[in-house]
Amino acid sequence: MALLEINREECIGCGACVEACPFGSLRLDEENIAVVDETCTACGACISECPVEALSLPEVKKVEVEDISAYQGVWVWVEQFKGEAGSISWEMTGQGRKLADRLGTTLTACVLGHNVEHIAEEAIAYGADRVFLVDDPTLSVYRTDPYARCLVELVRKYKPEIFLLGASSRGRDLAGAVATQLYTGLTADCTGLDIEPDTNLLLQTRPAFGGNIMATIKCPNHRPQMATVRHRVFEMPVPDPTRQGQIVREKAIMGEEDIASKVVDFIVEEGEVNLADAKIIVSGGRGVKGPEGFEPIRELAEVLGGAVGASRAAVDAGWIPYAHQVGQTGRTVRPDLYIACGISGAIQHQAGMKTSKVIVAINKDPEAPIFQIANYGIVGDLFKVVPALTEAFRKRLNK
Amino acid sequence: MHAIVCIKQVPDTTEVKIDPERGTLIREGVPSIVNPFDTYAIEEALLLKEKFGGKVTVISMGPPQAVEALKEAVAMGADEAILLSDRAFAGADTWATAYTLANAIKKIGDFDVILCGRQAIDGDTGQVGPGIATQLGLNQLTYVFKIQDIDFEKKAIRVERLVEEGREVVSSTLPCLLTVVKDINQPRYPTFMGIRRAARMKIPTWTAADMDVNPDLIGLAGSPTKVVKVFSPPARAGECDVIEADSLEQAAEILADKLLAEKII
Repeated sequence: MALLEINREECIGCGACVEACPFGSLRLDEENIAVVDETCTACGACISECPVEALSLPEVKKVEVEDISAYQGVWVWVEQFKGEAGSISWEMTGQGRKLADRLGTTLTACVLGHNVEHIAEEAIAYGADRVFLVDDPTLSVYRTDPYARCLVELVRKYKPEIFLLGASSRGRDLAGAVATQLYTGLTADCTGLDIEPDTNLLLQTRPAFGGNIMATIKCPNHRPQMATVRHRVFEMPVPDPTRQGQIVREKAIMGEEDIASKVVDFIVEEGEVNLADAKIIVSGGRGVKGPEGFEPIRELAEVLGGAVGASRAAVDAGWIPYAHQVGQTGRTVRPDLYIACGISGAIQHQAGMKTSKVIVAINKDPEAPIFQIANYGIVGDLFKVVPALTEAFRKRLNK
Repeated sequence: MHAIVCIKQVPDTTEVKIDPERGTLIREGVPSIVNPFDTYAIEEALLLKEKFGGKVTVISMGPPQAVEALKEAVAMGADEAILLSDRAFAGADTWATAYTLANAIKKIGDFDVILCGRQAIDGDTGQVGPGIATQLGLNQLTYVFKIQDIDFEKKAIRVERLVEEGREVVSSTLPCLLTVVKDINQPRYPTFMGIRRAARMKIPTWTAADMDVNPDLIGLAGSPTKVVKVFSPPARAGECDVIEADSLEQAAEILADKLLAEKII
C-alpha cells in the first residue's frame, strides 16, 4: 500500500531514510536494503535525504486547473466576538501585510458581523488596503453556514491568491468548510508563513505529531492557498489610524430562514479563563495533589494578571475542568510567561506550551523533563515556592 | 437511530520518547491506537444507541492494519465497521480524505448523525470533520462538549461547543456532523464479549472501485496540498537557569527579580 518506491538496485543501505522518516515506517531488511511498511504517509521526508536517489513517489498526474494567475492579493478573515476583533486577527493582518508587500500586491480584510463597521476601520489601521464589510443581522454571531457561504462567494468573485484565518475554534471550523467548497488546499495551525522566491508560492510551516515534527506545505495548483494561523506566533502590528483604505460593502448570501443552526446561549463559568489570549499562564500538575492545591496557583496567577492552566494528569484526576488543560489533548498556548508548577513536563504537555517565550519550572524532582525546556527553574516543594513567589511579586508590583 | 463514527488509527504519541543523548524522537516500537479523540466520538454514539436504540457504524480510511482500530470500536460496542483501504487512497491530504470518507457515507446511505473526534493526534488538523460535513452538505457542530438535547423524531439537536471564551449553546437540525472534545464523556473499555465478537467479525474492505469516487480526487493525486519538507523543530535555546539560594523563599525573590528583568510582566 505504501506509495514510496524504493529502488533496491540503487539503495546502499546507509539508513539515512530510516533516520529521516517521521513515522518510523522505514527500516533496513536482512540484505541491508531499505524497506517501507504500511504506516508510510507519502510525506516525502526521506526522499531528499537519500544520497543515491533510490527513493521516489509516483508522478502525480497534473490536474487541469483554471488559470491560477487570475488569483491575486492576500486576504485575512477578521474574527469578531460581540463586536470586538480578536488579537489573533490583527497578528494575521500584520503577517498578511508582510506577505502582500513581498508579493507586491494588496491586503484585503474580510469583516463579517452586525454593526461592525468600526472593525473595518481598525483593519485598515492595522494594515489592510481594502476591507470587505458584510454587515448583516444573520452574521451577528458566528455560525458556520452563513459565514462560509459568504466567504466562498467573495473568493469566487474576487479571486485572492492567499487566504489566512486564525486557528481559533471558529477559524478552524470556518476554514475547513470554505476550503472544502472551493476545492483548495488548507494547512492547519501554521506557525510559519513565507513566500518561495522563484515560484511566489506560500510556504506554510506547521507542527505535527504533537509538535514533535515540523512540516512545510505548499499548495501549487489550487487557489486560494489557505492556512489557519496559530495565535501569538506573529507579532502584533502597531495600528496607524491615519492609514487610508477602501471599505467595500458586500451582501450576506443566506437569509435567516435558510440557516439551520441558532446560537441560543453562551455559558461562561465563573473563573473561566481564555488561555489562548493569556499573556501569562500559571499551570499546576500532578504535584498540586488535589483541587485545593490549585489555590496557591490561582493566587499567583491573580497577582500576575494571568490565567490558570493544568496538565492532563490534574484534569483527569478531576481537580480542575478540561477548559484549563494545556497540552496535546488540551489547548496549545504561547504566552509570554508560562510557570509550570508540579508538572513533570511529559512530551504531550510540552507540545502545548514549549513555544512560550519564557518558561519557569517549579518541581521537587530535579530530573523532571520540564527543566530541559525551562528558562528558569526552582527545585523545591511548590507549596513553599509558589506562595513565596506570589509574595515576592506582590511586594514588587505593589499589589 | 443510525450513528456513523469516523475514526483514524494513529501512532500512540504518548509512547513516543525523546532520546536523551541525541534529542531526537524514538519512534521504533510505537504502537498504533485508535485516535484518542475518536474514542470519545465512539462512546457518544454508543450512549445515543443505548438511549434511543438503533445502530452504530464505524468507518476508517487507512492501510489494511487499520482494521485493528475498527475492531477495537466493535469491541466497545459498535455494530458494524467498514474499512476504506486502497493504494489509490494513500497520500491523501485532509481534502482527499474527507472526500473519500464522505463518499463512503453516501454509499452507506441513511444516517441521523455523524461523529468525529476533534482532531487526530498525529496530524492535529481538525479539518476532516468539517470537510466531510461540507462534502455531504450537512450542518457541522465542532468542538462539542455536551449534547444538551437530541430528538431524532423532530430532527433537532442542541449542543454546547467549547470555544475560547466559554461554551456556546447551538441548536441545529439533524442529520448533522459533530466533532467532539474530551470531557463529553468517559470512553468505556471493551468488554470480554465485545472483544470476542470483534475477533470473529469479518470487517468488509471497500476499495476505490467499490465507491463512486472520482480517481482524480482521491489519494496523493486528489490532494491540493503537498508536503515539501519535514524537519525537527528547533530546540529551545539555552540551558535552564536553576536558581539556588539558602532558602526557597530567597530563591523565589531572585526568580521574581529575574522575571521582572525579562520585561514580560
